[in-house]
Amino acid sequence: MLRLTVNGTVREVDAEPDTPLLWVLREQVGLTGTKYGCGVAACGACTVHIDGVATRSCSLPVSEVKAGQNILTIEGLSPDSSHALQKAWLDHDVPQCGYCQSGQLMAAAALLAANPKPTDDEIAAEMTNICRCGTYNRVRAAIRQAAGVTG
Amino acid sequence: MTVHFKPSRRGFLAGSAATAAGLTLGFHVPLVGEAAAQSAPPEVNAWVVVKPDDTVVIRIARVEMGQGTLTGLAQLAAEELEADWSKVTTEYPTPGQNLARKRVWGNFSTAGSRGIRESQDYVRKGGAAARMMLVQAAANEWGVPAGECRAQKGVITHVGSGRSVTYGKVAEAAGRLEAPKDPPLKDPKDWTIAGQPLKRLDTAGKLNGSQVYSIDMKLPGMLNAAIRDCPIFGGKLKSFDAAKVESMPGVRKVVRVGDTGVAVIADTWWRAKSALDALPVVWDEGPNAKLSSAAIAETLKEGLTAEQAFVGNQAGDVKAAIAGAAKVVEATYSFPYQHHATMEPMNATARWTPEQCEVWTATQNAEAALATAVQAAGLPIEKCDVHRLHLGGGFGRRSSSHDFVRQAVLIAREMPGTPVKLIWSREEDMLHGRYHPITMAKMTGALDASGNLVGLHMRLAGQSILASINPAGLQNGKDPATFQGLNSGGAEGVFGYAVPNLLIDHAMRNPPIPPGFWRGVNNNQNALYLECFVDELASAAGKDPLEFRRAMLGKSPKHLAVLNAVAEKAGWGTPAPAGVHRGLSQHMGYGSYVAACAEVRVEADGSVKVLRIVAATDPGHVVNPQQVAAQIEGSFAYGLSAALHGEITILDGKVEQENFDTYPVIRMAEMPRVETIIMPSGGFWGGVGEPTIFVAAPAVLNAIAAATGKRLRNMPIKTEDLRRV
Ligand code: FES
Ligand code: FES
Repeated sequence: MLRLTVNGTVREVDAEPDTPLLWVLREQVGLTGTKYGCGVAACGACTVHIDGVATRSCSLPVSEVKAGQNILTIEGLSPDSSHALQKAWLDHDVPQCGYCQSGQLMAAAALLAANPKPTDDEIAAEMTNICRCGTYNRVRAAIRQAAGVTG
Repeated sequence: MTVHFKPSRRGFLAGSAATAAGLTLGFHVPLVGEAAAQSAPPEVNAWVVVKPDDTVVIRIARVEMGQGTLTGLAQLAAEELEADWSKVTTEYPTPGQNLARKRVWGNFSTAGSRGIRESQDYVRKGGAAARMMLVQAAANEWGVPAGECRAQKGVITHVGSGRSVTYGKVAEAAGRLEAPKDPPLKDPKDWTIAGQPLKRLDTAGKLNGSQVYSIDMKLPGMLNAAIRDCPIFGGKLKSFDAAKVESMPGVRKVVRVGDTGVAVIADTWWRAKSALDALPVVWDEGPNAKLSSAAIAETLKEGLTAEQAFVGNQAGDVKAAIAGAAKVVEATYSFPYQHHATMEPMNATARWTPEQCEVWTATQNAEAALATAVQAAGLPIEKCDVHRLHLGGGFGRRSSSHDFVRQAVLIAREMPGTPVKLIWSREEDMLHGRYHPITMAKMTGALDASGNLVGLHMRLAGQSILASINPAGLQNGKDPATFQGLNSGGAEGVFGYAVPNLLIDHAMRNPPIPPGFWRGVNNNQNALYLECFVDELASAAGKDPLEFRRAMLGKSPKHLAVLNAVAEKAGWGTPAPAGVHRGLSQHMGYGSYVAACAEVRVEADGSVKVLRIVAATDPGHVVNPQQVAAQIEGSFAYGLSAALHGEITILDGKVEQENFDTYPVIRMAEMPRVETIIMPSGGFWGGVGEPTIFVAAPAVLNAIAAATGKRLRNMPIKTEDLRRV
């Protein structure tokens, strides 16, 4: 049994040590908001925070998560969708299919935590998540709004 | 939205009350044929349910895959219903229910940008009829003529007495009334819900992880499956050594899937995939084991000059025009295979018993998914049903083939009574796409002494989608869809230019790579070939690309209007910022007129930066301008991905690109600013999910030619070809 702290709660999970954190979250912990897109750290759909750092969970063996590290998933970003980014996402009607948006939001939240007033270039440099629906301009506009910066 | 669906008082013969939300919570899962829930609120008609608390449920036959159709269709029904928009929710009926009710909801197919334009009339009538029935029920209760009552925002008022009642109070009585035939519809100029830039109905769950996608499906006792289908097109499964992996953690069974695939069933998907990766498999490589992109290109090239070709559009005598031309311009273009690469890989959950089969999946066409499930299940259609779950992207992939449904059912048959969820890995998804067809074009233009285009021969060579997916749709061997946007008439896609001598023909060459409908479909290459070549002709004639086009669009006022709109807004004819160059493009397809002006900069190292796109669309009517703008932005992201990066190549009978590291797509840093001009001229209904994609690549290629003097004729754009240092 592995012990993980997910969204502030300690969970015991039964998984082989080389199982990617993504699949432990989705299948053993039962939190499916974190998405599978590529499995090779190329798309960002699986982004979670580990002690605040944006991490592509599809490529992190669960055994590499250290005891006591806090894993934050989209389900834990705020209790009631009240994070400034979630509100900005709603204002800009960002999602289309929405599949990439958990990852986009988690990447954006880590970005703003580290850099509260990013420039457009800094946003583009950090936000490398793929969105096949093409919501990029709205993602950027929503990040700007949440950060209180104007383009 | 909720996917919750309860059979109505009228009942569904083949209905099932299974709901995604209920299922994830482990509720009882009723199967096909079980008794309908009795507590369900009654429907007013097939389209509208009003609950006692005044919540309005609008049934949506077409599917939401990100394009906003769900919200748009709800707006149209709610408009005629005179509903209170804040109380509107939606739900999907199943194809089994549709069948049992003589297809009361019509076609479920969501492709060809048809979600709204093809169904708007009967969806609006569904809302209007429900409103009339609700008003009549209130009038009956009050003993007054219905004509004295008014409905507004979900409340019916008797004008004379001031009495009022909400829809929820009279819904049950309304459902018992005779439905009016052919209810009159509002004039779009009087719309207050439709036509407005309303927010989408399906956003909240996409912001907190609660939206259930098909890949998130959970059922009590469910197992998971990972599959490997023969990666070589036309190959088969020879053998596999199950004993090597059967004792791996969680593994329940290793099964053959049809003639071509093998799957591992395990308690979790990751364990299934781990065992599959370790499974020794031998393939029978079949007849295409040596097939390569180079060989495919040769086949197509031969078609460019072949004697025999299907004629799509013809006027005058093009041969004579070319022979007598003051100047002849020739060019050959190509457009490669593309992958849909939906963010959510293909997947489906199935439960099979000898008596019944149910499938839960993300599909653009639940009726086609049901047909596939029925075949794989070996059961009568009344014993099968498909429940629609949210799609993580479609773009045509989830309407081109339901191979994943077939596989899921075949796998579930190996575990009778146990639900099994099949998920394709990204690699499996890349190797088993339904690819945008590969084509080439040989363009020949005849200019007269004053630089007017007097003859044009457009010889297309390449793959037909219909020949593979729906051979019954061919007309004496010809695939009419290969001429999308190039037709001489009709409402779908008309060649806009007046060219006295014209020949557009198609030499069909079908390599053994499965093609599919890819956002924009054949309009993509047709617009690219034509619009880039028109720029080449303008240049040969020494004319401005805008003026050259205008001179040929006098009889195509709608084509011309969108072109003029982008030219004006982009500042065509005025200097662009230093180092920035512009390119134009226009096209008509899926009933809509579109144009774009791209602004690009090409760096000395050959890299292309698309800075700004001005896009105009005239779709006739606009149901939600905010969503139309989102579709235009998205279509450029998709189209520019193809132009800048997209190419699927074949080596040894197999796709070479297996993931996003070798099949790059655009990300935020490459996304241009998109300025949209939405200019509905009324009187017709065109699509919006696809059309603007047609003009993305040609506008950019024309701008690149303006910037560098180099004409790129093969997609995708290659930096090496533009390098100056
Ligand atoms: S699924 Fe992890 S980056 Fe794509
Ligand atoms: S919203 Fe569909 S992939 Fe981003």
